[in-house]
Amino acid sequence: MGKTQISRIILIETILMGIISLIIGLIIGIFASQFMSILVAKLFEVNMTEYKFVFSKAACIKTCIYFAIMYILVLIFNTMTISRYKLINLLNANKKNEKIRIRKPIIAILIFILGVGILSYAYYIVTKKANTLRTSGDMLKPILMGIIGTIAIFWSLSGFIITTSQKIKNTYLKGTNMFVLRQINNKINTTVASMSIICIMLFMTITILSSSLSLRESMQKDLIEMTPVDINLEKVITTSETYTDSHGNIHQNKNNQTSNTTLTETLINNGLDIKVLKDIIEIPIYSTNNLTLETFLGDKFTEIDTKYPFLMYKNQEKIIKISDYNKIADLYKTKKYDLNENEYIILCDFDNMENIRNEVLKKGYKLQIAGKEYISKYDKCQTGFIEMSTSHTNTGIIIVPDNCNLTEEMKNKQFLAANYNAKTEEEKEQIEKIFTESDSNLIQNINEKEIVIDGMSKTTLIESSLGITTIIIFIAIYLGIIFLIASSAILALKQLTESSDNKQRYTILRKIGCDEKMINKALYQQIGIFFLMPLLLAIIHSIFGIQFALEILSGITKPQELIPSIIGTTIIIGIIYGAYFLTTYIGSKNIIKEE
Amino acid sequence: MEKILEVQNIEKYYGNKSNITKAIDNISFNVTKGEFVGIMGASGSGKTTLLNCISTIDKVTCGHIIVGNEDITKLRGNKLNKFRREELGFIFQDFNLLDTLTCYENIAIALTIQKINPKEIDKRVNEIAEKLEIKEILNKYPYQVSGGQKQRVASCRAIITNPKIILADEPTGALDSKSARQLLENFEYLNQKLKATILMVTHDAFTASYANRILFIKDGKIFNEIIKGNDTRKQFFEKIIEVQTLLGGDLNNVI
Repeated sequence: MGKTQISRIILIETILMGIISLIIGLIIGIFASQFMSILVAKLFEVNMTEYKFVFSKAACIKTCIYFAIMYILVLIFNTMTISRYKLINLLNANKKNEKIRIRKPIIAILIFILGVGILSYAYYIVTKKANTLRTSGDMLKPILMGIIGTIAIFWSLSGFIITTSQKIKNTYLKGTNMFVLRQINNKINTTVASMSIICIMLFMTITILSSSLSLRESMQKDLIEMTPVDINLEKVITTSETYTDSHGNIHQNKNNQTSNTTLTETLINNGLDIKVLKDIIEIPIYSTNNLTLETFLGDKFTEIDTKYPFLMYKNQEKIIKISDYNKIADLYKTKKYDLNENEYIILCDFDNMENIRNEVLKKGYKLQIAGKEYISKYDKCQTGFIEMSTSHTNTGIIIVPDNCNLTEEMKNKQFLAANYNAKTEEEKEQIEKIFTESDSNLIQNINEKEIVIDGMSKTTLIESSLGITTIIIFIAIYLGIIFLIASSAILALKQLTESSDNKQRYTILRKIGCDEKMINKALYQQIGIFFLMPLLLAIIHSIFGIQFALEILSGITKPQELIPSIIGTTIIIGIIYGAYFLTTYIGSKNIIKEE
Repeated sequence: MEKILEVQNIEKYYGNKSNITKAIDNISFNVTKGEFVGIMGASGSGKTTLLNCISTIDKVTCGHIIVGNEDITKLRGNKLNKFRREELGFIFQDFNLLDTLTCYENIAIALTIQKINPKEIDKRVNEIAEKLEIKEILNKYPYQVSGGQKQRVASCRAIITNPKIILADEPTGALDSKSARQLLENFEYLNQKLKATILMVTHDAFTASYANRILFIKDGKIFNEIIKGNDTRKQFFEKIIEVQTLLGGDLNNVI
């Protein structure tokens, strides 16, 4: 039979196998995707009352195209390998002893130490010196080092293990240990690249899964914590020619804005039936040009300015009287404070800002507010907020005693917090519409008079939070699981295809008198170590990777919140990776079994 | 002399009721301690089946095989493996060395699976390797050494456990004549100096001439038996050739 004929047989065989697996895969996929969408909906608490059977034609066509591309590539490679074979090699394929590439022990040890060194330095950079990594270019360095270190370790690991374990004769010369170690050694030598890739993929899986799971967890927790009432409204009041709204836009001052009427009055005047709101608390927020972030920082300003050049140092600090704040705190069910004559408190829960402010507070500077000097009651920022948000984003509010000499001119905003006066969800939706829909009476009246009122409702906050971040987290979790499945599948396939080689070796063991128990144990150890090695290194990588991820996401997640998501990740990896391991073990056991 | 191996009326059938092949048809013989016995026969005569039955790789249909004082046809499962591991040594035609292990490790593994103290293993491997002159290749892999050296490594692996009997199946089958001679001299050394009992299956008259006694098998039966006694190897070789001619040259078959 000529080579072309052999190639044709392989071609037909491969195409047949491909078509069968594509059809089966598509059928399973169609149903699995239904399950997946339910799972995703559950994960993000999306309402799924109207369940529909979804079939995506586009996805189906794409699957077929990509599958075809992969198959064509495989076919080309197969044909190339076949045409390169010599007949004699095909006939003697069984008898040929594989050449084992051995690395010189001393080089293996040196490369191993080098790999450990590179990795340790990369770990050091991403943890201890994480704050020096500003641009994505900076971050590339430890990532590259991590990849090089991983490759170096897998390149040298087997040589290193063999060399060191040979020194420990008691373990090396015990049972089938020697055999198992050599088996792994043999395989790792030829699979440096795939082991490294698997390790890195697993690392990404672990990091992505645990940080995104915890991100989701803490976001939902924050969301509940940060949205205690149904609505917040804010109106700028000023007597100057121009004023700045909360988005930083400068507006010409119109008559209506100058009026010192309260927000509640403004709303009523513009046609709001105030009965739709309950628990109304309205407070003024003061600010002055004499107290900006720059003045607050005092001596520390130059130092912090060089470190964080993009902060808005000219922004006026928000000042609130203690009794006003406590009214809000009462409504929000957050902590209330009290103050002595010459004291002030800073409320701030945005991590980065909190750190900057704490540095200043530690110094115990006196602060000039409305012509009087105050000292901070605490040497660090306190928790608390007045504006609802999706997470901890309060960059700073100064709380002063009620008798502080804050003038009417310093009044910057009227702030209102309230609940909807509704019993059912439908009623709430109705009230929500008054404040959000552009054709509502209230909004039309306000627009007509060009009054600027900012607002935030609990519903819109929750919706916006669930929007973009949900997508990001979903992609992250999805990618994580795909990486996990891909890497375990590669491992499993590699192991199974090598089982024919192993079969001969295990037959020899059997011939010289190993019993089945010893052989199964050796096989179990071999596959186990093979699966465990990339996972172990990936776990070590992740310990540092997760820390770094948290550093970047600072303010959103706290380390202790990570524990449940790490447990979740462990369970996911345990199930998927473990299932692949068991399948591989059982499959290999069947392959090496004696007929 | 102490009997090491007693084969009593063993039979081995293959196939089913309608088509029975008698691979071994009522064979009995004994091997005493320190003997070097050769089994000769043409292809398909049943010599490998006989060896497989003695080595417990195959099971007899009836009859008994007694090694030491143990009837190995009655052994099952782990006891069988233990017996194979501790009482038998094997040498195969295609060496059966593990390609991932060095020569040293290939020899040592016979002991490690018996859970012998590592210090003793090291000592014993070096000792035996010195005796069979393969000390300098101990740290090489099988693919790096010649066929003769491989078979000597396999011999070391077979003898190192101090087995009651060494079973060799066509040990020179894959070797050139020089390596074969060297290996057979090693066998002689094992037999005479180390008092090893060897049972060797071969179809090669020259290889067989190194044995003390030869059993000829034809169609599953013992056809003839010759003993070297005080003959030189050359005389013994000629005797073997004679019997072989007799065996194969049945005039009736030709016509």
